[in-house]
Amino acid sequence: MAVKNKKLNLKDKYQYLTRDMSWEPTYQKKEDIYPEERFEGIKITDWAQWEDPFRLTMDAYWKYQAEKEKKLYAIFDAFAQNNGHQNISDARYVNALKLFLSGVSPLEHAAFQGYAKVGRQFSGAGARVACQMQAIDELRHSQTQQHAMSHYNKHFNGLHDAAHMHDRVWFLSVPKSFFDDARSAGPFEFLTAISFSFEYVLTNLLFVPFMSGAAYNGDMATVTFGFSAQSDEARHMTLGLEVIKFILEQHEDNVPIVQKWIDKWFWRGFRLLSLVGMMMDYMLPNRVMSWAEAWEVYYEQNGGALFKDLERYGIRPPKYQDIANDAKNHVSHQAWATFYQYGHATNFHTWMPEKEELDWLSEKYPDTFDKYYRPRFEHWAKEHAEGRRFYNNTLPQLCQVCQIPTIFTEKDDPTMLSHRQIEHEGERYHFCSDGCCDIFKDEPEKYVQAWLPVHQIYQGNCEGGDVETVVQKYYHINIGEDNFEYIGSPDHKRWLSIKGKSTDEKAENANKDAA
Amino acid sequence: MSIEIKTNSVEPIRHTYGHIARRFGDKPATRYQEASYDIEAKTNFHYRPMWDSEHTLNDPARTAIRMEDWYAVTDPRQFYYGAYVGNRAKMQEATESSFGFCEKRNLLTRLPEETRKKLLRLLVPLRHVELGANMNNSKIAGDATATTVAQMHIYTGMDRLGIGQYLSRIALMIDGNTGAGLDESKGYWMDDNLWQPMRKLVEDTLVVDDWFELTLVQNILMDGILYPLVYDKMDQWLEGQGAEDVSMLTEFMRDWYKESLRWTNAMVKVVAGESDANREMLQKWIDTWEPQVYDALKPLAQASVGIEALDEARAELAARLKKCSLQSQGVSA
Repeated sequence: MAVKNKKLNLKDKYQYLTRDMSWEPTYQKKEDIYPEERFEGIKITDWAQWEDPFRLTMDAYWKYQAEKEKKLYAIFDAFAQNNGHQNISDARYVNALKLFLSGVSPLEHAAFQGYAKVGRQFSGAGARVACQMQAIDELRHSQTQQHAMSHYNKHFNGLHDAAHMHDRVWFLSVPKSFFDDARSAGPFEFLTAISFSFEYVLTNLLFVPFMSGAAYNGDMATVTFGFSAQSDEARHMTLGLEVIKFILEQHEDNVPIVQKWIDKWFWRGFRLLSLVGMMMDYMLPNRVMSWAEAWEVYYEQNGGALFKDLERYGIRPPKYQDIANDAKNHVSHQAWATFYQYGHATNFHTWMPEKEELDWLSEKYPDTFDKYYRPRFEHWAKEHAEGRRFYNNTLPQLCQVCQIPTIFTEKDDPTMLSHRQIEHEGERYHFCSDGCCDIFKDEPEKYVQAWLPVHQIYQGNCEGGDVETVVQKYYHINIGEDNFEYIGSPDHKRWLSIKGKSTDEKAENANKDAA
Repeated sequence: MSIEIKTNSVEPIRHTYGHIARRFGDKPATRYQEASYDIEAKTNFHYRPMWDSEHTLNDPARTAIRMEDWYAVTDPRQFYYGAYVGNRAKMQEATESSFGFCEKRNLLTRLPEETRKKLLRLLVPLRHVELGANMNNSKIAGDATATTVAQMHIYTGMDRLGIGQYLSRIALMIDGNTGAGLDESKGYWMDDNLWQPMRKLVEDTLVVDDWFELTLVQNILMDGILYPLVYDKMDQWLEGQGAEDVSMLTEFMRDWYKESLRWTNAMVKVVAGESDANREMLQKWIDTWEPQVYDALKPLAQASVGIEALDEARAELAARLKKCSLQSQGVSA
């Protein structure tokens, strides 16, 4: 045996237990074994320089994760046994869970599939192993979320067919197309999109608000899941940072490619987060913080520090960051106004904020809420009180890239809708912003393929031309149970009976008239 | 007499999710069911993958095997993530105590030089085979559509990484944690004639595109001969070489393989039973790959347990396949 006396340190030992099991192939060509590693133009000169973002051998993984699962499921069992759903702040809160289960949980599963794929695609075994660990973690999250919400599904409407809805419902094409975009890209873009932009930069604005919302609103099942997933998320974040630094350090030609991806995925992420913003400002009976405050802390401050740190690699903050920063005072209100109008086509209920909630919004958004949004909301509340709950029966124009209706406004004029359009090979395409329009222009052949829900309805691909048929038959939204106004809904009535209060008949009648 | 705690019982409005109820009826579902059925995206994909524009994302056509419903393939162990890690945590606890026992008593460092060399040459290089299995199963998990199928493969993929790590630790125990044993062992994998047919076979599997062909080759044909040969027959042979303590360190692999037979057998049975076309496809793949697996293991058998033992392992596989009306050369007609 070769003379080698020095005992391995932890880092080297972990390398022996992971990447050293890999070898340079000689019977098959490397490019045939890893055919997807080069087409994006990213140059990797030496995978040996990959720094393992965490060192976790499988035996330790099984042990820690099993301990976490054991505790988690003990809470789930206790929650169900004691009818924990009766102890939440208010049944309106459950609507945030409906949004989460149909909008976010399917992404966890897509992440599992995506990471399993990249966990095979890289020729660097260290990176592969880190991605595989994230793959199985994401599977965990997708499954534990099903279990965490399972009890709610037994007592509230709208949680009953999340994956089916995710594939079809108009606003769920926003998160779905986001992830499809990442999964259909190459492995390096996938990691830049999901590990870096999504997990590292934006996770505090996506995953965390839902979990904090659960904590503030007495939802023991979901918040326990959140805490249990925290150490997984920490691993995923360190992978995100390592990925970006590794790619940038490998070759200077990678810098402009990565910059382009950061610009794109920042913007796509920012648009996706409109849904979270509205959840934070409108759907939580006990509010955690305003969307604008969250954006300031987690993007402007933390993100600012991150991009300062990345400056030495030649990376600048994402393009259109200024527009996103400005929009923090608008997007949640614009999104909620839209969902309120289209509440007949959602798997969750909508409502107008109560007086003290309006006051909270006025206080949190002193420059915008009273001026642009409060009057509209008060008008709608009045209409509702008079038996005319407002629903918009015209299908909206969707952005070709983010797939959100073109509801957002210009940075310099909040009374002007932001709308861009271009012609591409004889067809006209519409966008919500320069950010989305730029993304299209860079890869038109990709974005012309988008499955736009409104177009699909009009083309007759959703089991019918009228909204009611689409909603009921194609979406599996149970009309009169899952959708429409919260006040007077079956969920609302059930909640009142849990709390020993009688149904407010006046509100119920008002709802019936409008529906 | 029994005590009775009064609870406030609440009638649920439904017993499970709609997609679970459509399969099993609206009754309380198991955790396995709610975690495993119909939670993946199935339709209305937005963009074709840039790495495979012939297919959509989650395209069932990524294999030549056709199933009316891939969810017909289920896991007899009912493993969802929580059940999986719970089970493996128990297995690793037992393994850890065996490793601790060997380490404490210096059982491997006391072996004769000749025996240590045999372990490094004949057993430890299998860590590379495990890494190949890890890669293949990660690919399958990414390509398979139904979650019942995909999850079995990511669990197996991670298991294979773990088994590779246990094999590596055997070498680290032999070399006193310096890595020299692993370097030596990797040298055999790369250059020793004994391993070249096997290394070629593993590299050949790494370019297989059809994921069901790959699971058949990796998890049924290769493992189906290799595991009985190495962890059963070679294990007994090593005992005769004075390395009986190693047996404690490969107990995990024996338990693991026995358990894996449950899902691999069930999967092949369902897929082969679906249609003649599927069975013919599987048969064609078996005809192509099974002899290669046998040939690749010949040198290892010759250097240890002998060809007869290899033939016995091959017959074991043939008997399994026969239960699914599939033939292999392991058994004369």
